[in-house]
Amino acid sequence: MRLSLILRTAARLLVPLMILFSVFLMLRGHNEAGGGFIGGLVSASAFALYAMAYGTQDARRALYADPRTLMASGVGIALVSALIPLFSGAPFFKGLWTTLPGGVKLGTPILFDIGVYLLVVGMTLVVIYELDDDGLSLFPRDNRPGTTPPSSPAA
Amino acid sequence: MGIVLAVFAGFALALVAPWITGATGRATGWLYSLVPAGITAYLSTFIAPVAAGETMRVAYAWVPGLNVDLSFYVDGLSLFFALLITGIGTLIFIYAGAYLKGHHHLGRFFAYLSMFMAAMVGLVLADNLFTFYIFFELTSFASFVLIGFNHDEAASRRAAWQALLITKAGGLALLAGFLLMEQATGTLQISAILETGEAIRDHGFYTAIVLLVLAGAFTKSAQFPFYFWLPNAMQAPTPVSAYLHSATMVKAGIYVMARFHPVLSGTDLWFWLVGGIGAFTMVLSAWLALQYTDLKGILAYTTIMALGALTMLLGLGTETALKACLVFVLVHAFYKAALFMVAGAIDHGVHERDITKLGGLRSKMPITFGAAVIACLSMAGIPLFFGFIGKEIIYEATLHLDQAALFFTGAALLANVALVASAGLLAIRPFMGPLNDLTSHAHRPDTGLWFGAAVLAVLSLGLGLAPWLLDSAILAPSLSALMGAEATPHLAIWHGFNLPLALSGVTVALGVGTYFAWTPMRQSAPFRALERWLGTGLDNGYDHAINGLLATATAQTNFLQNGYLRRYIATILGTTVAVVGYTFGHFGFEGPVLSFVGIAPYEWILSLLIVGGALATLFLSARIALVAALGISGFSIALTYLMYGAPDLAMTQFLIETLTVILFVLILAALPTLSEVASIGHRLRDGVLAVATGSMFTALMLAVLNQPFENRMGEYYMQYSYSEAQGRNIVNTILVDFRALDTLGEITVLLIAGFGIYTLLRLKRSKTSEKVEASRASEQVEQLS
Repeated sequence: MRLSLILRTAARLLVPLMILFSVFLMLRGHNEAGGGFIGGLVSASAFALYAMAYGTQDARRALYADPRTLMASGVGIALVSALIPLFSGAPFFKGLWTTLPGGVKLGTPILFDIGVYLLVVGMTLVVIYELDDDGLSLFPRDNRPGTTPPSSPAA
Repeated sequence: MGIVLAVFAGFALALVAPWITGATGRATGWLYSLVPAGITAYLSTFIAPVAAGETMRVAYAWVPGLNVDLSFYVDGLSLFFALLITGIGTLIFIYAGAYLKGHHHLGRFFAYLSMFMAAMVGLVLADNLFTFYIFFELTSFASFVLIGFNHDEAASRRAAWQALLITKAGGLALLAGFLLMEQATGTLQISAILETGEAIRDHGFYTAIVLLVLAGAFTKSAQFPFYFWLPNAMQAPTPVSAYLHSATMVKAGIYVMARFHPVLSGTDLWFWLVGGIGAFTMVLSAWLALQYTDLKGILAYTTIMALGALTMLLGLGTETALKACLVFVLVHAFYKAALFMVAGAIDHGVHERDITKLGGLRSKMPITFGAAVIACLSMAGIPLFFGFIGKEIIYEATLHLDQAALFFTGAALLANVALVASAGLLAIRPFMGPLNDLTSHAHRPDTGLWFGAAVLAVLSLGLGLAPWLLDSAILAPSLSALMGAEATPHLAIWHGFNLPLALSGVTVALGVGTYFAWTPMRQSAPFRALERWLGTGLDNGYDHAINGLLATATAQTNFLQNGYLRRYIATILGTTVAVVGYTFGHFGFEGPVLSFVGIAPYEWILSLLIVGGALATLFLSARIALVAALGISGFSIALTYLMYGAPDLAMTQFLIETLTVILFVLILAALPTLSEVASIGHRLRDGVLAVATGSMFTALMLAVLNQPFENRMGEYYMQYSYSEAQGRNIVNTILVDFRALDTLGEITVLLIAGFGIYTLLRLKRSKTSEKVEASRASEQVEQLS
């Protein structure tokens, strides 16, 4: 598919905003509409948009981490947030909170939500990237001269 | 404490045997036999107190909430069996060390063997129904690994599976019987159950208890029609056969019947079921034994004959019959273990077990020959040997029955005639006559190979000459426990000229006749038909049953798990409609009165968009249009959420709809064209199903909403969301705090699903690239040529 100039320009502007917005949604989720799941979906949409504009090879590079690592670390972080209370003698999954100077509250449920966020991003992008790599691609291929297709992170 | 040690010493040996066997060398069997010998010595110290009427009990709380104890109970009966198991075990350990000398898995073998012995000791000493059941299952498991010891042979594996499946199935029935027994008596403690007298017999569950307990006993002790696993179990190394089939494994079922005899026996059901099946098994297997020429085959079927006789005697239940049962347990254990060891010694020396090919071995292995002759004379019930005492009491028991005396005496006579002939075959065929090509190369057996058989032969002879030695120390306490009443049995070698003696004479005469008519009889049509139907026939029936089970499972899996996503969805939705519809049909439908007043125009529009998008999918023929139509429904639903105060849900729905479109775009090219999968018939069927599902859920929602609304949970979350979970968004506090464990479960499922999708796609790609490489390679070959 030919690369669309309009889409690429728009994506360049939209993607950082969407990612920022996804983090905002996740963090405000405890009090307003939002949360880790929704934030994760917005973030995944942002990378999907980037993939549509620039191809999955570039999108993989833009993500830095392997989506599989994101999935696994998401569940790992959620589990850690559940285990932390055990060290202070509280039951498994007890939400612990502390208030920083300036009135910002931090607690293990926020850590848990970060885990959910990472899992959703990773899971969605694993499916999208792998389907696109599967020779079914409607996304653009990276055909710029001088760049060989990088080996996939799984290799 | 000592009893617990006695039970667990075998398990301890099982744990260390694989690691230390390499260092023990030639002495392995003798060294390890110290464990069963030690347990025997320890248990012997109980003989005097138990004979004086005492019983011992130790109990440790195991699962106190369910009254499950690890408890052991020593009375006459359990001591009788425990001594038999460890005593014979000592000889078997010595024998196994010699038989499997230098085997590369000797350590593993002894681990299995001592695990088996420990399980049996635990079983007979157990005093809690669950302790009993667990040891019962352990014996099944241990025999599985022992029968399958030569696991690189298909026949061994099959025999092991067969024994495991049949005895485990019986074990499950036994467990159910135990649970009912607990219902009937209110206790799990066996020694307490035995004190309850008529409680079980008077209970409504009595018939069920008897049938279930007997299912466990009959499968374990190889009664008709379950006996076919036992001859197959001869695939095990001979020491295992000697142990499993003489003293232990198969006696576990006998022990079950004996243990609960005081509270289960005495009814017509017990008498005819146990006595009848036992008698039938006894006669049938005694004659089936004569169809075989393999030493171990003959021994296996005569073992079933002995088990049938023991079962029959437990069914008859008179004092004489129970005395006969106990005596015959000893008689049979002594001669059968000895004969198996003899068979193993012959196999070890000649590598042949077919009696028509053996001969002349008396000069090559004289001590083995002597032991075999004594064991066979005991087996045949010749006077002055222990077997004679056993046979006399059996005849005495059947003759003095109040009912069906003629029937059971006839059965015993018929079975004993065949047994005499079998004894003749075993004692004479391998040893007498001239040496032939095979047997002339036989080597002299090691001490370990004849030692056990010789000891048992001495016992068979000694107890035949002085049977009264058993009276007060062994027989009286065990018989009292078996009857649940005081008993003072007496054994004597001479009872005067009476009917049992006459029957013994007739038995031997007919048996000798049968021996000489053996070859033509074996090849005659009726006997071959008998073997074909009830020997290999039942075995083949088992194969058919197993194959049928597997075929059913395959067909069912192929039907339900056919790999077509659309069929899965159709199955799930169809089942839901049927189940919910049935519920409505059964309980009636009660919905609110529907009113269409006061619906705003935008609400109409949204509803029509939702319905219209869904309906359009039935008629559209381009996939991309289908995706768009579904999107219309989905986004409209999201708007509905937004309007009715569920912003989180609405946001999620919007995002999911968006990502769904992207995913559809990615897979669109790989899907078959719609005309291939969606004919008019398909669309009609799917449309009917979809409309039915939608209507059913609408009805369900209306019915639910018609109920009074209970909002306690909602109020709880409203109240505590901020004070406990520090958040004002209740949906989010539920997800990450109140019900965070659920969320953790869900994201774990997503993780697994993600890796599953990844693996499936990678798998497909690697197959595709292999094909590409293969075609490239073939192109190159073409270019070269």
